[in-house]
Amino acid sequence: MTETATPGGAATSAPAAPATRAEVCVVACANAFRGNGEVLASAFGTVPAIGVRLARHTFSPDLLLSDGEANLLRGTWPVGGPATGEIEAWAPFRTVFDLVWHGKRHVMMIPSQVDGHGNTNISAIGDYRRPKVQLLGVRGAPGNTVSHPTSYWVPKHSKRVFVSEVDMVGGVGTDRAAQAGPAARRFHDLRRIVTNLAVLDFADDGTVRLASVHPGVSVDEVVEATGFVLSGTDGAVVTTPLPSADELALIRDVLDPGNLRDKEVPG
Amino acid sequence: MADKRMTGTEVVSRLESGMTIGIGGWGSRRKPMSLVREILRSELTDLTVVSYGGPDVGLLCAAGKVRKLVFGFVSLDSIALDPHFRAARQAGDIEVAEYDEGMLQWGLYAAGLNLPFLPTRAGLGSDVVTHNPELRTVPDPYGGDEVLAMPALRLDAALVHMNRADIHGNAQFLGPDPYFDDLYCMAAEQAFVSCEKIVPTAELTARAHPATLKINRMMVTAVVEAPGGAHFTSCVPDYDRDEAFQREYVAAAVDPAAWSAFADRYLSGVEQDWHAAVVARAQEVPA
Repeated sequence: MTETATPGGAATSAPAAPATRAEVCVVACANAFRGNGEVLASAFGTVPAIGVRLARHTFSPDLLLSDGEANLLRGTWPVGGPATGEIEAWAPFRTVFDLVWHGKRHVMMIPSQVDGHGNTNISAIGDYRRPKVQLLGVRGAPGNTVSHPTSYWVPKHSKRVFVSEVDMVGGVGTDRAAQAGPAARRFHDLRRIVTNLAVLDFADDGTVRLASVHPGVSVDEVVEATGFVLSGTDGAVVTTPLPSADELALIRDVLDPGNLRDKEVPG
Repeated sequence: MADKRMTGTEVVSRLESGMTIGIGGWGSRRKPMSLVREILRSELTDLTVVSYGGPDVGLLCAAGKVRKLVFGFVSLDSIALDPHFRAARQAGDIEVAEYDEGMLQWGLYAAGLNLPFLPTRAGLGSDVVTHNPELRTVPDPYGGDEVLAMPALRLDAALVHMNRADIHGNAQFLGPDPYFDDLYCMAAEQAFVSCEKIVPTAELTARAHPATLKINRMMVTAVVEAPGGAHFTSCVPDYDRDEAFQREYVAAAVDPAAWSAFADRYLSGVEQDWHAAVVARAQEVPA
């Protein structure tokens, strides 16, 4: 809580500033991990990293979190600095790979492209043999998406990211999983796509659906920034919940005192 | 017992153009950079490189050594993308076999176990299968799902960098993660281990648990003492990544004139010249 001096000289709690868009996104990411139980929660990006720590500190205390290197740590530490807390397990890369295929993990990745069935790309843009833009490579996305729950974080919701067709499917979408047979379907479980504008999930037919719009964002704005037809835009659309006062205090004072979240989601 | 000490130059003299070479480490962490630099100085060409890629891949691409890259990603960790790798891909200069990073592990493991393949779900439904049309699925003989058969990734040679080793090739990691270096060694016809320091065997476990001896001499052809051998990647706890140097590498890599100057300054001599140039660079940085 911020404290300000009153004219009378006594310190008193000022009302907290309203939640920013980045803070709404943090809580939306945290909520993706609600009720997950005892699983490894892996989050890429600043806002998801704050989100999983918020989730564990509050409503999902059983989550396991990595220090970003090879240990699983208890404790609650700020983004951008060294991890602190009790080591509860050793999880070098090969252990993480084992956990991926074992299935007790929920990952939130940052795709460069997403299509209307949740196929994602972090590998290459353009012709695969001679890409216009070479990105990282598929990393663990093919294995993650057919092995355990997978969510995505899109810090800048636009038609550049939400495309009608991704150029190289690394993360497997619902249609591809359905076509590829039972081995690809059995553990396939796409959960949510949190963006700077909205929360998306998946309709029964496997298409990407609008679940909620962030406060101050219109449905039209989301539709306009999406390069495929989004399900769930007819009728009433709910608003993404605002952070509670306790959640805001935790984000501002403990998890991200350096305001790194504002660099990822300005405004 | 065999004394397997060798120099980096001797290691590279054992390699031939056209070989498949696995490079240990991960991203910009504990890469056998002194051995990679020896390859840069050699006449070797037409290599197939298997790597959890970092600047090893970038430098070998920039030098025109790579015909084909077998990879899951190429990243410098604190800097997401390697400019030389991107340039090589965007110019269509190299062939690739891009796998899920767990598939890569499985391919190395299969090779190490003398198996033709290992089954996995990873890759199913993705364009990993589209772009690697030689991949096959196999029915579960016990009646379950049909799964992907990840083929063995057999290596002609493996290059890895460890913290410590003895002269016989028993080698130790002291950092947080062994990566997959033992699998690279097992998958290879010849395995070459460089290390920060060669010590008497008893010293390896004087302060560290025997579980840190991830590589044993049965897997190892030769061992190279190469202090600073992972520079500019990390070799924790001996040293962290040289972030300033990595930034200089990236800045130079995006500009041909700057790259030419970088190569003249750091890559034109022998390994000792590299280290001397790195020390000179550090002394130039204002306090």
